[in-house]
Amino acid sequence: MLELIKQPWHWSVAGIAIGLTVPILLLLGNKKFGISSSLRHVCAMCFPADIDFFKYDWRKEIWNLFFVVGITLGAIIASQYLQNPNDLVIADATKQRLISYGITDFSNLMPHDIFAWSNLFTLQGLVFFVIGGFLVGFGARYAGGCTSGHAIMGLSNLQIPSLIATCCFMIGGFVSANLILPFIFKLF
Amino acid sequence: MNTFFVDVNAPQINQETAEQEQIRHQDMMCTNESHLVHPWWYNLKYLAIGLFFGITFVKAEIVSWFRIQEMFQLTSFHMYGVIGTAVLVGMLSVAIIKKYNIKSIHGETITLDNKTFNKGQIYGGLIFGIGWAITGACPGPLFTQIGSGFGVVFITLLSAIAGTWVYGYLRPRLPH
Repeated sequence: MLELIKQPWHWSVAGIAIGLTVPILLLLGNKKFGISSSLRHVCAMCFPADIDFFKYDWRKEIWNLFFVVGITLGAIIASQYLQNPNDLVIADATKQRLISYGITDFSNLMPHDIFAWSNLFTLQGLVFFVIGGFLVGFGARYAGGCTSGHAIMGLSNLQIPSLIATCCFMIGGFVSANLILPFIFKLF
Repeated sequence: MNTFFVDVNAPQINQETAEQEQIRHQDMMCTNESHLVHPWWYNLKYLAIGLFFGITFVKAEIVSWFRIQEMFQLTSFHMYGVIGTAVLVGMLSVAIIKKYNIKSIHGETITLDNKTFNKGQIYGGLIFGIGWAITGACPGPLFTQIGSGFGVVFITLLSAIAGTWVYGYLRPRLPH
């Protein structure tokens, strides 16, 4: 059984588990599934700076912070005790393309070529950690939600604005992965 | 009120003015409509759900930067399968909850409000998408990447918090 769990999970298993999070949160406490709002609560808690957008009772939303702490702990458990013994399987076309970008490490979930502390104060670090993170945080809040809040929760509730947001997430991603990233990798 | 909860932990109605609630709702999908107040440790159940969620994220490799590149290079069905299945399961669940007017375990009516369109969903969505492909993470996977040992993603998380703050600061001047 443990051996089975250690294998990479099929997309349908993950999809069902993630989809079920929606009704579980609703049934357990009338909570709407969403993750990026945790970032807003952190702002409201630590540096509200008299900005209207952060002047609300974050204590009422603290469940969301428990949720993301749980997500982090879950990832620690999965990577410590349930780790896949084999290398990651990556589609060949993508692998070849990433090799042409200069990526050499394909063993783990993330390429160590990029996501390492030693890159923090390099141009790579600036792009992948600082700018990338900023775009994710800024864009998610500007859009009013992220993949969980719009694509999963919003679409589950048949919201047209969420469908628009989800389409824009995908367009942005396609442009970024196919036009911006190849350009960025040429800089290094 | 549910008569099950006449013990010491009896939920009280939370007093929030309409104005406060409106601020909290600004551009937010996942508002918390519950008006019950519980002791803090009631929140541990959300930690437990997060735990399983985090394990799923890592084991289905959704946290992987490589899977995100595959998705946007259209070389793998994996991410489409995950998101598609999740949306289907979510839709079905919400439809059942609405149809049978199922209440939460605390007897509260489940509220699912409708969202109004604003241009932020387009501009913000595009900006988010660009960041998504670069970092290989939407906010959920940011936490799971850190948990799976890529500590430097903590910097990405801090930057995402900074992005959220800057949005709040610029909000009155941005087109919506």
